[in-house]
Amino acid sequence: MTVKAKHQRLTLILLAFVALLAAVLLAAYALRDQASYFYAPSDIAAKNVEVDRAIRLGGMVRRGSIAQAADGVTVNFIVEDGKGSVPVTYRGITPDLFVEGSGVVAEGRMNANGIFVADNLLAKHDENYMPRELEDMNLDEIKQQAESTVTQ
Amino acid sequence: MIAEAGLACLWLAAALSLLQLLAGGFSLAGKGAQLAPVIRPVAILQGLLVTAAFVLLIWLFLRTDLSVKLVAMNSHSAKPFLYKFAGTWGNHEGSMLLWVTIMGLSGSCIALLEKRLRSDTMIATLAAQAFVSIGFYAFLLFSSNPFERLPSPAPEGQGLNPLLQDPGLAFHPPTLYIGYVGLSVAFSFAVGALITRNVGPVFARAMRPWVLGAWIFLTLGITAGSYWAYYELGWGGWWFWDPVENASLMPWLAATALLHSVSVLATRGALRTWTIMLAVVAFSMSMVGTFLVRSGILTSVHAFAVDPERGSFILALLAIYIGGSLVLFAVRASTVREGTKFNYFSREGALVMNNVLLTAILGIVLIGTLYPLLTEAMGTKVSVGPPYFNPVGAIFALPMLLVMAAGPILRWRGDSGRRLVNLLALPALATAVTLLLVIIFGGSIGILPLLGLVLAVGLAIASVIPLFGRNLLRTPLSIWGMVIAHLGIAVALFGMASESAFNQEVLVASNVGDTHEVGPYTLTLNAIDPVAGPNWTALEANITAQVTGSNASEIITPQSRNFTSPTMQTSEAALLTRWNGQLYAVLGEENDDGRWQLRLWWKPFVPFIWYGGLLIGLGGLLALIGRTARDIKRRRYDMQDSDMQGEAA
Repeated sequence: MTVKAKHQRLTLILLAFVALLAAVLLAAYALRDQASYFYAPSDIAAKNVEVDRAIRLGGMVRRGSIAQAADGVTVNFIVEDGKGSVPVTYRGITPDLFVEGSGVVAEGRMNANGIFVADNLLAKHDENYMPRELEDMNLDEIKQQAESTVTQ
Repeated sequence: MIAEAGLACLWLAAALSLLQLLAGGFSLAGKGAQLAPVIRPVAILQGLLVTAAFVLLIWLFLRTDLSVKLVAMNSHSAKPFLYKFAGTWGNHEGSMLLWVTIMGLSGSCIALLEKRLRSDTMIATLAAQAFVSIGFYAFLLFSSNPFERLPSPAPEGQGLNPLLQDPGLAFHPPTLYIGYVGLSVAFSFAVGALITRNVGPVFARAMRPWVLGAWIFLTLGITAGSYWAYYELGWGGWWFWDPVENASLMPWLAATALLHSVSVLATRGALRTWTIMLAVVAFSMSMVGTFLVRSGILTSVHAFAVDPERGSFILALLAIYIGGSLVLFAVRASTVREGTKFNYFSREGALVMNNVLLTAILGIVLIGTLYPLLTEAMGTKVSVGPPYFNPVGAIFALPMLLVMAAGPILRWRGDSGRRLVNLLALPALATAVTLLLVIIFGGSIGILPLLGLVLAVGLAIASVIPLFGRNLLRTPLSIWGMVIAHLGIAVALFGMASESAFNQEVLVASNVGDTHEVGPYTLTLNAIDPVAGPNWTALEANITAQVTGSNASEIITPQSRNFTSPTMQTSEAALLTRWNGQLYAVLGEENDDGRWQLRLWWKPFVPFIWYGGLLIGLGGLLALIGRTARDIKRRRYDMQDSDMQGEAA
C-alpha cells in the first residue's frame, strides 16, 4: 500500500463524486423543464397554463361531446371535472375503453386557440385499471354533477 | 392437500434458511465450528423445498383448483394450457414465490458449485444469502400466501388479464427474475467478503460467473419485455421510460458496471471497494425495482398488489437490506486492502471511465423514476418521460460509446496514444462517412438519432478490432464474448436511432378496397372478418401488403380482440419482418360511415434493437463459458492461493 495508491484512490473517489454530482445537477435542471405536470380542466383556466408546454390533462369525457372529424381518424371531445371544461383534439386510434362519461388522461399541450392537442390518450386498460391521476377524483360525483348540468 | 403440502414446503424452506443463517453466524463467531459442515447441505435442501412449493403451485394452476384463492382470482378453466402454466407467475403471490424459488435455487447452486472461495467467506456468503431469503419468505408467508384456501371453492375463476395472455408471459418474467435474483448472489458474495475481509482477485474470479449469469438473464429479460410491449400494446413504441421498465434497466446498468469492475479486480487487483459497493448497489436496484413494481405504488399491467400493507413490508425489507449492507460497507470498507495502482491510459483506466459513466446514467434514471413519486407525496402530480430521459441520458451515454470503442483496444497496464489513434482511424473514418451520407440522403433528422446512427457504425467497426491480427480459432471465448456483446450494443443502437429517424406512419380511415402506401409497401384492405379463439372473439382485417412496384405480396391480419373472462378489448398488431425493417399494422374502430381506422407504420431496421439485445446476451454467454472453462483449469492454483491467504489472515 503505497502513498501513490492512496492518492489514486482519492482521485478516483473524486472523479466518481464529480460525475455523480454532474448527473444529479443535470437531472435537477432538466426535471424543472421537462417533467410534465398534471392538470384538471378547472386548473387549466385558473393556472393559466403556457401554450406548448407538455402537460397531462385528466377528467371525464363529457357525454355527447365526442365528435369525429371528416378524416375519420381525428376525434374532438370535451374533458370536464364539474368545475371547468377543456376542448381536446386527438388524432389517432382511441383506446378501447375511451367512451363518453368515462375517465381519461390526455398527454399533450394547449395550443394558442385554447384547445388541448393530445399526443396520447390513456384511458382505463380494464375495469380494474385507472390512470393513477384519476384515482383521487371521485368520478361518480363528477359524473352526477355533469349529468345534472346537462338535464337542467 | 396439494396446497397444504406447498405451504408446508414453504415453511420448512423458511425454517431451513433461518438455520442456515444461525449456523453461519455462530460458526463465523467461532462458537459453533461443528455447525459449519451443515451449512452447504441445508442450503441445498432449502432450494429443493422452495422449488417443490413452486412446482406444487404450478400444479394447482394446471388443475385450476378453484378452492385456492390465488387460482380462483387469476385463472379460469377455459384458459389455454400455456397460460394456465405461465399464469402461475402472472400475479403478485405467484411471482413472489418465483422470486424466492430462484433465490433458493441460486443458494443451492453456490453450495454445490462454488469451490474456490475460502471456507469462512463461503460460510458468510451462504449466511448472507439466507438472511436475504428470510425476509422474502416472511413477506410471502405473512402477507402474500399463495396457497390460501377459499372458505368454499369458487364456481369459476376470474381469469388472467388478457394483456398478459401471450407467449411472452412464459419467458419474460422468469428470465428477468433470474437476473434480478442472480444479483442477490453477487450481493451475498460482497457481504461475505466484507465480513471475512477477503476481497481480492480470487474472490473476483469466484464472483464473476454469477454476475455474468445474472447479467445475461437481465439482458434477455429486458429485450423480451421490450419486444413484448412493442407488439402487444399496439402503440408502435418499444421503450416508454415507464417506471416499470426503468426498474429493470437500473439493475442492468449497475450489473453492467459491476461486470466490468469485477474484470479489473480479477485481472489487476484494483477497484476492490468499488466492486463491493457496486455489488451492493446492483442488488439494491433489484429490490428497488421489486418495490416499485410490486408495492402497488405504480399502476400498470405489472402491478398486481394494491395492498398498502405489502408495500410497507417490501419497503421495510428494502430499508433493512440496503441500509444494513451500507452500514457494513461503511464499517468495513476501510479495512479492505488497497488495490494495485494503475495507469489511467490503459484498459483498466477505460473500464473506470465506463463505470463512472454507467453510474451517472444509473443516477439519472433513478432520479427520473423517483422524482414523480416524491413530488406526488408532496402533492404535485408530475410525469417524467422521454423529453427528460433521452437528452439527459445521452449526455453520458455518448461519451460512454466513445469509451466503449477505445477501451477494448487498449492494453492492460498502459498503452500508447499513437497505437490507439492508429487503430481507431478506421472506425473514425467510417463514422465520418456515415455522417456525410446521412446528412446528404437522410433528410432532416434529429440530433440524437443522427449521432446514434453514426456512432453505431463507428462502434460496430471498433468493437471487432480486438479480433484483428488474431488467429480466430485460437481466440479465447471471453474475447469473442466481449466483441459480440459490444457489437450487440452497436446493432441495438443502430435499430433505435433508425427507428426514431426514419419511422413512417400512416393513419387513415379506410373503406374496404382502398389502398394506402407506407414505406416500401402498398397495402390494400380486402375485408374485415369475424374470427374466434379459445377465449376471445375478434374482428380481423385482411390486408394485402405488396412491395410497391413488385408482384410479391403477403396477407397480414391485424385484429381487434374481445376477451371473455375477464372482459376486455385488446388490439393485436400484425407484423411483417424484413431484413431492412418491419411493417406494423393496427386495426382500430369502425367509424359511423363504415370506414375502418388503420394505423400503419414502416419502421426501418427496428428489429435490430432486439437482435442487438440477443447478441449482447450471446456475448455474455460466450464469456461465461470461456471464463468458466479457464477457471476450472486454474482452480488448483487458486485453491493453493486461497489456502495461503487463509494462513496469512
